Amino acid sequence: MTARPDPAASAATDTAAADTGRRVVRTMRRALRWSLPEILFWLVAFASIFLLPGQHLILTEIAILAVFALSIDLILGYAGIVSLGHAAMYGAGAYAAGLYAIHVTGEPLTGLVVGAAAGAVIAFATSFLLLRGGDLTRLMVTLGVAAVLFEIANKAYRITGGADGLQGIWMDPILGRFDFDLAGHTGYVYCLIVLFLLFLLARLVVNSPFGISLKAIRENPLRASAVGIPVNPRLVAIYTLAGAYAGVAGALFTHTQQFISLDALAFQKSADGLLVLIIGGTGYLYGGMIGALAYKVIQDVIANITPQYWLFWIGLLMVVFVLWGRDKPQRIFATLAARLRHRREGRE
Amino acid sequence: MVTLIFDGLAYGMLLFVLSCGLAVTLGLMNFINLAHGAFAMAGGYATVILTNQMGMPFLWTLPLAFIVAAVAGFVLERTLYVRMYARSDLDQVLFTIGLVFMAVSGMDWLMGSQQQILHLPSFLLGRVEVLGVNIGIYRAFLIAVCGVLAVVLQLLITRTRFGSRLRAAVDDQRVAHGVGIPVKTVFAVTFAVGSGLAGLGGALGAEILGLTPNFPLEFLIYFLIVVSAGGTSSMLGPLYASILLGLADVLGKYYIPTLGSFMIYAVLVIVLVVRPQGLFARAA
Amino acid sequence: MTVVLETRNLCRNFNALKATQDVSFQLHEGARHALIGPNGAGKTTFINLLTGVLAPTSGEVLLMGQPITRLSRHGRVRRGLARTFQINQLFPELSVVESLGLVISERRGNGADWWRYAGRLPGLGEEVAQIACDFGLDEVLDQRVADLPYGKQRLLEIALAIALKPRVLLLDEPAAGVPEADRHEVLARLAVLPGDVSILLIEHDMSLVFTFASRISVLVEGALYAEGTAEEIAADERVKAVYLGEGDDE
Repeated sequence: MTARPDPAASAATDTAAADTGRRVVRTMRRALRWSLPEILFWLVAFASIFLLPGQHLILTEIAILAVFALSIDLILGYAGIVSLGHAAMYGAGAYAAGLYAIHVTGEPLTGLVVGAAAGAVIAFATSFLLLRGGDLTRLMVTLGVAAVLFEIANKAYRITGGADGLQGIWMDPILGRFDFDLAGHTGYVYCLIVLFLLFLLARLVVNSPFGISLKAIRENPLRASAVGIPVNPRLVAIYTLAGAYAGVAGALFTHTQQFISLDALAFQKSADGLLVLIIGGTGYLYGGMIGALAYKVIQDVIANITPQYWLFWIGLLMVVFVLWGRDKPQRIFATLAARLRHRREGRE
Repeated sequence: MVTLIFDGLAYGMLLFVLSCGLAVTLGLMNFINLAHGAFAMAGGYATVILTNQMGMPFLWTLPLAFIVAAVAGFVLERTLYVRMYARSDLDQVLFTIGLVFMAVSGMDWLMGSQQQILHLPSFLLGRVEVLGVNIGIYRAFLIAVCGVLAVVLQLLITRTRFGSRLRAAVDDQRVAHGVGIPVKTVFAVTFAVGSGLAGLGGALGAEILGLTPNFPLEFLIYFLIVVSAGGTSSMLGPLYASILLGLADVLGKYYIPTLGSFMIYAVLVIVLVVRPQGLFARAA
Repeated sequence: MTVVLETRNLCRNFNALKATQDVSFQLHEGARHALIGPNGAGKTTFINLLTGVLAPTSGEVLLMGQPITRLSRHGRVRRGLARTFQINQLFPELSVVESLGLVISERRGNGADWWRYAGRLPGLGEEVAQIACDFGLDEVLDQRVADLPYGKQRLLEIALAIALKPRVLLLDEPAAGVPEADRHEVLARLAVLPGDVSILLIEHDMSLVFTFASRISVLVEGALYAEGTAEEIAADERVKAVYLGEGDDE
């Protein structure tokens, strides 16, 4: 039972549709544009190379933590997977890069690739366990995978150094020219550039059709499959990518610290990453970076006051933060941003 | 070999007492309480303090450990946990991890980080020959106590009015509320009892599991495996799962020492592959 | 008349409950076919079996003559089978543009493209605009789906399925929960659906059923009770009896 189209009406709707079409294209292109805060953020970040030379060591730690948190954002903020064991991929990348530097070559850039591959392999292999069962199962699986890797690294002390850690890592200069110096200048520039490149890739992926389908899966997996999205393959793909990112973070750690301990695979590491991302906010890519900055500052302050029991205060911070409402900082930020945008649009 | 099975059984029963509170909380309130181990730790340390420092007979400290943990659970539930019931899984995870960190670090500050040595009464120590099998007295004690607890719990749930209210609330909270069941009270009492049981388990297990401030995190994965494998819809599931896990761990560590600690993860993976909704959960 | 969607002896049990009993059903090309029945008859279960949300205990489902009984949910969508849900199943945090764009790019095979921005896909914006205009959603394109009024959400629910350009469309109570005032809009959209799309409609609203459908199947307690043209079913005494005590106008 179909109505016969009215020629005059359809001509009118055609023009309306064309107008709307242009409007839609404009809206869709908006995500591509770099906003002013974004540009400023990266300008400041790169300026810190020259403006804060004395802080490069801690800034390096922040950058590496940011990469780690970014990898968690990919699975948590965009695909909705809660993981308690992301340190598994981080540690895998760290140890892989370390062993590569010791046994093969100290060249750092290929070391990054090795770290990424290690993280990706672990993630890919365990992703299938995540697809079955609900949130509780995922928590347990991710926790278990990290615990298994921890045990393996512990037991295989002849290879990994076990509880004493992996030592004797000597890194060659980057691109044959830039030596890893004790003051951490090279290390920081190296980490910052890697962070930026990984960020660019992540920005592309989350705004691609693939990335939007992930958001759909997070929002409503039932409807996602009902509109033709192959849910499981997409989740495996993003989990693997996030694993690669975490592996890179681990490799960066190895390259700059030139020492790895079992801490890289500990539950503490996974919890830290989660907390960092939560502080900064999930789902907009900058949460990991902002959170890393905030976390390191807070941690520094607390560690100065009570070096042995700072874990207590971190726990308290988490409890209070969650009770108060962990999206409040993001909401405040978003309201401010919206008000700024309205004012700007009012002037146009 | 039989001795090992016996040990594994004891270990499993202990795990059951430790984990059943978590299973009920998860099934009842759909709340992921990763801080569950902290209540066990509280009970364990309570027993240690009462026995070692105050000279109280071990058996008397057990009900006190239960009470300490139950009171702690009740207070925390009414003040903090109740605000988190409607929140997302991630929020609950973060909240309870925060609590665990506070508990772990707090206990470190209070009692120091060394492993606590519990002075068990002499009549519970030693080994005995029964029917040609060498069994540890304490292990036998554990099996007996935990077995009785399991039976009592099952009776409480199936035969008492509170038990049927609990089962109704687990089945469908809204309907239960609609027929006049005081759901909030059921939650509070259940949470308190579950935490108390964890505390009791911590007291019972202080000797054989090793009590340090890191206990809640160390054993978190065990509790989660019991609850996931056993399901949350009855007592029997977690019971069987705990025993399975206990046996796997003990036998694994004995027969394959290098890989022994991985046995529990093997159990985990097998359960997930075979029955993602848990080995013993009721069919949907 | 080609059969586009077919079930053969389809059964689904939930332990002792026989939710679907030996249903052999055929949907013809271009059909305007309604599935009616009292509450609890198993209509939504049937749709879930057709779309792969539930696996049958026994029996076969065929799409365009090809068996799809073991095909994944998204696989069936790829082959041209789309559905809407009785209770809105939308993506609350996404915008209307994102929701429609997502479905269309998925249909076009661009769904897995991770190497380019979604905004750069050629022709996507125009097609999104066209569907939005068709469904009266052009005013709310930028809004978050969660912020839309219920009537618009319901329209989006249907628009998402139409955006798939399906061969077979299963509508599960499309007018459910829509206030009287907005119903005509929903009904108007249904009326202008393309003639080559075969439609199976589940509805309680009998006026909608008789306006829309040329063929009707009646499902009672999981089994096909009666089937025929709209006129035949309207006149069928047994069908009326089954509905006695059921309010047949919403």
